Amino acid sequence: MNSKSLASGSLGRRLLLQLLVVAAILSALLYLAVRSVANQAAEASHDNILGASATAIAEQLGTNTEGIIIDIPYSAFSMLGAISDDRVFYRIDTDGETATGYEDLSRPNTLPTADKPIYYSTDFRNTKVRVAARSRVIPVNNKPVNVLILVAQTQRGQDAITAKVANTAAALGIGFFLVAGALSWLATRSTVKPLYNVANAIGRRGAHDLRPLQSPVPLELTPLLTALNEFIARLRGALNRTETFMAEAAHHVRTPLATVRTQAEIALRQAETDASRKTLRTVIRAVDESSRSASQLLDHAMISYRSDQLTLDTFDYSDLVQDVIRALGATAELKDLAIVSELEQNLEFIGDRVLIEIALHNLLDNAIKYSPFDSTVTIILRKNGERAVFIVKDEGRGLAGANQSALSERFKRGDNVNDIVGSGLGLTMVEAIADAHKGAFTIQQISGGGTCATLSL
Amino acid sequence: MRFLLVEDNADLALSVSERLQLDGHAVDVASNLEQAEFCISGITYDLILLDIMLPDGNGQDFLNSQRRTNSSTPVIIMTAQNSVSDRVALLDSGADDYVTKPFDFAELEARCRAVLRRRGGSAQNTIAFGGMRFDPLAATICVGDQTRTLRNRELRLLEILLSSPERLFSKAHLVDRLFSYSEDPSENAIEVYVGRLRKKIEGSNARIETVRGVGYRILSE
Repeated sequence: MNSKSLASGSLGRRLLLQLLVVAAILSALLYLAVRSVANQAAEASHDNILGASATAIAEQLGTNTEGIIIDIPYSAFSMLGAISDDRVFYRIDTDGETATGYEDLSRPNTLPTADKPIYYSTDFRNTKVRVAARSRVIPVNNKPVNVLILVAQTQRGQDAITAKVANTAAALGIGFFLVAGALSWLATRSTVKPLYNVANAIGRRGAHDLRPLQSPVPLELTPLLTALNEFIARLRGALNRTETFMAEAAHHVRTPLATVRTQAEIALRQAETDASRKTLRTVIRAVDESSRSASQLLDHAMISYRSDQLTLDTFDYSDLVQDVIRALGATAELKDLAIVSELEQNLEFIGDRVLIEIALHNLLDNAIKYSPFDSTVTIILRKNGERAVFIVKDEGRGLAGANQSALSERFKRGDNVNDIVGSGLGLTMVEAIADAHKGAFTIQQISGGGTCATLSL
Repeated sequence: MRFLLVEDNADLALSVSERLQLDGHAVDVASNLEQAEFCISGITYDLILLDIMLPDGNGQDFLNSQRRTNSSTPVIIMTAQNSVSDRVALLDSGADDYVTKPFDFAELEARCRAVLRRRGGSAQNTIAFGGMRFDPLAATICVGDQTRTLRNRELRLLEILLSSPERLFSKAHLVDRLFSYSEDPSENAIEVYVGRLRKKIEGSNARIETVRGVGYRILSE
């Protein structure tokens, strides 16, 4: 199954996206806030200077009997030069009449009060200017005269400052976004990590490990874990019931079979005629055959079940060979067969022990079955590069020309074995086990008699 | 040998004990764990044949308690399960060996012998006949100061002949007992083993006589 096709959206990606959107909004706000505060500050300080300039002019106003003396101090313009090289304009009105300066410099909509300048932006000769307006009332011949002073400056310097501030604010915003993005990514990862931990804990398990999951998980995952553990428990229960059922079924089938076989052996011991001997031998053979088929069918089922997911262990293959020899030793002894083993010791390999034991058991069992009395069965285990090679040789009848692929077919047996009990599943199983381990299995006739089976895992 | 058979199926228990008695063994039958405990409390057995599924518990528990009390009586389990994983579990359980139902008695006997041999069984069951001493467990015959080893079929043949000296055993009977039922040997195959056995008992007063067309018997001169 493709795990991608099962995924509907990604929690991690969704969380990351949401955090990134929040970070982007915050970054934009930060950009706007920084820019507007900085612009306001810059404008305010510009205004203050313009205001100071206007005030300086206002303060230098003098009077004589003829009227008002306007003496613009040098400092009034020099202080403006300190800000930038922008051009400076002025206009001084007395009682609404322009006394000096640019009379096309527009006046404010509302006139300033006596002690406080007002500031405004306007266009002057197609250039944006910032204007400070101040008024002063001066008595001339005991008559109050209203003097309005306008000082304007173009805003190229101000614009440069604004652009610089905007750049800085943008850099700040982007920097904030990047840092927040990285933190979001880390946060997302650490939030989603427990999920992967659970998945790994399950994935690492052997195919037959049905213990409940014990690893601690965050509160939010406990319902998932509980459900999962309940599911595992149900699965374990079902498997246990199946195993118990199989064991009981085997018990109920095999016990009467054992009775039949034993009774047949007893009857055979007392048989008087060849006909009854023949019958009883047939009965015993039939019992053996059914028993053997049942075992092999179970083993075959086990192989199909385990091949999909091998339960891999590292173990000493020579120990395994010795176990198999021990299990079949009595059978060989009954035929006066010698089992010669040439085992390289301490051959640790990785494999599914149960499956490899089934394969070896089948190979050795075959060799014993098809061996003539008093012959030798040789079992060799050696290392060939990264692989373990099992070789089982007998001095039996060989394969009578049958080819391996035919013998490995299910329930297919050689043409020369009708007198020997067998199910035709043995080699099929060995081949399946070799495939499951990505190994190879070959069986061939030895010239001069006998069969040589080679299983390389 | 003296067997304790722990098996709840009455038919099977009866058949097995009858079959073992045919080979000259003594058998007590226990149909549950309680009876089995009772039996072993009073009698020392050479071997215990144990079924695993019993009405009042699992044979495994009996096995464990046997092992705890350091009883050295070998236990062979009679199991109905025959997949490899079951076999592995059985041998890990502390049993000396196991046979899968339905079992071949010749194989059971071979396993019993192997188990007893592994356990360092004594030579108390030796049979003296015609000036030779036959030890079935060790598979040897001593003639004079010579010890000769018997192969399995020679051993079983001698055992059969000695179970009833001077009785005539037919070739057919011997074939049935020496060869597995999955084989179909000719009756002449017996001659090979008789010939070999004759060589092994050479020098003693025992003699295997051929009754032409009928069979063989062992005599002491």
